[in-house]
Amino acid sequence: MKKIYSTLGIIGLASLIVGGILSLAQTVILIVSFSCMTLGVVGYGYELHKHHKNGVYQNKLSSRGFTAWVLGLILCVFYILLYFYSSYLEPIIRLFDPLSANLSGEPATQWFVYGCLYTFSILVFGIKFLFKYRGNSYQQIRTLSVMFFQFIFAFFLPEIMARLHGDIPYYDFKNIWPLNYYQFEGWRVKQFVSSGGLGIGLLLFSVLSIFVISPILTYKFGKRWYCSWVCGCGALAETAGDTFRHLSDKSVKAWKLERWLIHVVLGFAILMTVAVVYSYLRSDYSKYLIRRQDFLWFILAVNGLLLFYLLKIKKSFLAKDARNGILLFGILLGGFVCYGLIAEPKHLFLLQSETLRKSYSFMIGSMFSGVVGTGFYPIFGSRVWCRFGCPMAAILGMQQKLFSKFKITTNGGQCISCGNCSTYCEMGIDVKSYAQRGENIVRSSCVGCGICSAVCPRGVLRLENDSPSGKLKNPLFMTGNTYSLNTDVLNKK
Amino acid sequence: MKKLVIIGNGIAGTTLARWVRKLSDFEIEMVSDESPLFYSRTALMYIFMGDVKLQDTYGYPEVFFEKNNIKLIHARAEHIDTTQKTILLKKEGTSFETSYDYLVIATGSKPTFYNWPNQNAKGVQGFYHLDDLQELEENAKHAKNAVLVGGGLIGIELAEMLQRRAINTYFLIREKWYWNGVLPDCDAQLLTSYIAEECPGLALETSLDKIEVNTQNEVIGVTTTTGESIACDLVGIATGVHPNIDWLKETSIETDKGVLINAHFETNIKDVFAIGDCAQHKMPPKDRRNVEAVWYTGRIMGETLARHLCLEPSVYAPGPWFNSAKFFELEYQTYGLVSSDRMKKENEIHFQCVLDSTNHKWITIALDQNNNTFLGINSFGIRLRHEVFEQWLIEKKTSDFIVNNMTKALFDPEFFKDYSQDIQKAYKRYKNEKNI
Repeated sequence: MKKIYSTLGIIGLASLIVGGILSLAQTVILIVSFSCMTLGVVGYGYELHKHHKNGVYQNKLSSRGFTAWVLGLILCVFYILLYFYSSYLEPIIRLFDPLSANLSGEPATQWFVYGCLYTFSILVFGIKFLFKYRGNSYQQIRTLSVMFFQFIFAFFLPEIMARLHGDIPYYDFKNIWPLNYYQFEGWRVKQFVSSGGLGIGLLLFSVLSIFVISPILTYKFGKRWYCSWVCGCGALAETAGDTFRHLSDKSVKAWKLERWLIHVVLGFAILMTVAVVYSYLRSDYSKYLIRRQDFLWFILAVNGLLLFYLLKIKKSFLAKDARNGILLFGILLGGFVCYGLIAEPKHLFLLQSETLRKSYSFMIGSMFSGVVGTGFYPIFGSRVWCRFGCPMAAILGMQQKLFSKFKITTNGGQCISCGNCSTYCEMGIDVKSYAQRGENIVRSSCVGCGICSAVCPRGVLRLENDSPSGKLKNPLFMTGNTYSLNTDVLNKK
Repeated sequence: MKKLVIIGNGIAGTTLARWVRKLSDFEIEMVSDESPLFYSRTALMYIFMGDVKLQDTYGYPEVFFEKNNIKLIHARAEHIDTTQKTILLKKEGTSFETSYDYLVIATGSKPTFYNWPNQNAKGVQGFYHLDDLQELEENAKHAKNAVLVGGGLIGIELAEMLQRRAINTYFLIREKWYWNGVLPDCDAQLLTSYIAEECPGLALETSLDKIEVNTQNEVIGVTTTTGESIACDLVGIATGVHPNIDWLKETSIETDKGVLINAHFETNIKDVFAIGDCAQHKMPPKDRRNVEAVWYTGRIMGETLARHLCLEPSVYAPGPWFNSAKFFELEYQTYGLVSSDRMKKENEIHFQCVLDSTNHKWITIALDQNNNTFLGINSFGIRLRHEVFEQWLIEKKTSDFIVNNMTKALFDPEFFKDYSQDIQKAYKRYKNEKNI
């Protein structure tokens, strides 16, 4: 049965491509193709409903076999065409014209097609996921949430808003800076401001999301409120990427790379955004409500406060190399901002802001998050971007580590070191290494998907929003040994 | 500097090595013939089912042992000279020796076969050792029908594994219900009906009589104790395990079922200790068996012996009993003692509460009918907190208290149903009926 459903899905996808190339009747092809794909994926999911794990290492697609490489190649080519050579996708894009016309009244663009396919994947693979984790309410509700946010906030509302308010730029409420690195680019801000109350409201909301809404939610629930409940990248990883979650690299080496890489990207995103905003603001109030100087003072103040908070108040939470990195970046940013305040140069960071923006958009926005992040799902697992690259995840991760109530609790001494939790951790966290020592898991990269808890055969792991203090329990011996209750002897030693 | 040699790198030996390293500067050598690295035996089934890979089941990576200066020797211990304090090791035909100041035997168990005719035929196997996994992989390749013998935890693992490979499985259980020797009848009955759904070839009160082979000494079928003939090409023997100590027969170390030890894990020979499945306690703690073949007890013995060797004289003092298992998709946890009907004392009564009959969720609480003391709990399909129950058991809480405070002990994921109200109501009815 599974084979039949897989074939049906592939036929659906193929008919989309063939239909496009032969320019057959748009509506018919769309309906046929999407019905086949839906039926294929959902039917496959139904077949899975009994067991969470279906021998992923005995299936070529999910164990880096031939089909996995083929799929990876196809996805990479698709992303490269999408970002850099979209004219080759033209036949397929035209298929979506009727749909686009119905929604926004405009002909389809490559981004509209991408949005459709992306949202469609999340919805159908979401249904597959719902079947697979039947009986697990956390997984059910979480998956319905990502499906909802993708469909309504990322797909439906922006299109409708474009129809009602033609001059408002495409805005997805849940896509927060710095994941949405272009949010404060000149042309967008100009459009927001010029479209009146609603536009300014949206702009304010996006600033509020960064500094107020997201820290509060992360404090209460951990970064999962975003990464595995709301975010579009997370949504695709959790649904379409579920088959590949176990392929994440669990080695210490990968962890070390992750710590550096993700924060370097964050630094890059911050510098780029500051440079871009600086470049279009003026030194008087002629164009915007704030001047260059005001913006630079604001950045200087945030920079100073953050340095004080991270290096002084939360010193004990951060490793030495992390503190050094933060200090270095803080001095760099602060130095340039001071230079900007004193000299008012044309380019804040010596380079043209446009160069910074373009290289970020190419290297991070397209190559990293798209081609590598999604194209390599079948090879490196589903969360490569979220783990190694996403600057939003970096910020939320710091908040999670420093002040969130969230943790994964280990249930006393019940762990049997079977390794299911670590295997199925899409973020490459070696969950078992904590659980088998009776320690709770507090890792900045944890997106709180809850799969470790779902696949644990002995009921050892539970995601909890407890109090921020006492998150790290570090017992002498594990629960179950009378000596674990008495730590005096060890303390003496 | 003392030198500690541990024979066996299972959970007991590895836990010991890890804690001795934390608490002392002993030189540590760990000898194992089975696997170069400590792996989780309970996860063998997941490797077979393709859910994890062997390296995923390693407790610690190789660098962990290097970093902590624990020397791993992948060789077979052949003999111990307790007067010279040396061990004869053998690897690929070459023999060599190592000496010790302290020696710890932690060689675990091996499957028990009951001398059935043709039990050495091709296609007949136990499932315990890493090599057994390899053998099963071979045997299962072309198998269409399999017979499993023995209604314990390994039997149920095998049943799940073979079902996942779509091999038609007959599961022979000697008892009236599955795991009847451990669980009270009320739990064993519900569990058995669940298992019958998952494994339709379940046969109760049936055991293995004879194994039939062809001229190539390959298994072709079995005859059961009820006289039935079943054609099969694979026979899984899961009729229990016993301490793996045959190799000690030639030494002066005193053994019975297992290596005999006192409460400090000391054998009759000075500086020789035994822990884990292979050890037999001469004076087991109250309510405990003298041989405990359980992951958790192996770990506790390892922790305690490390404490004994490095900190101060310590005796085996496990906290309240706990255990866990998984029967197909049904999780089981237990805290305290819920005795089987056969073993239970007169004052022990069982309150069973079915929480969800279609999804197989229930709990059974054992209590003392005279003074309402809480004795233990079995939970099926719902998760409970270990620390909370340990504390309640140490404090000897009443079962009234347990039932009224159940919310604190629930460990199911968020958004799962909180069954504590249902349990309270059912408990009230139960008390009225029983007049207690």
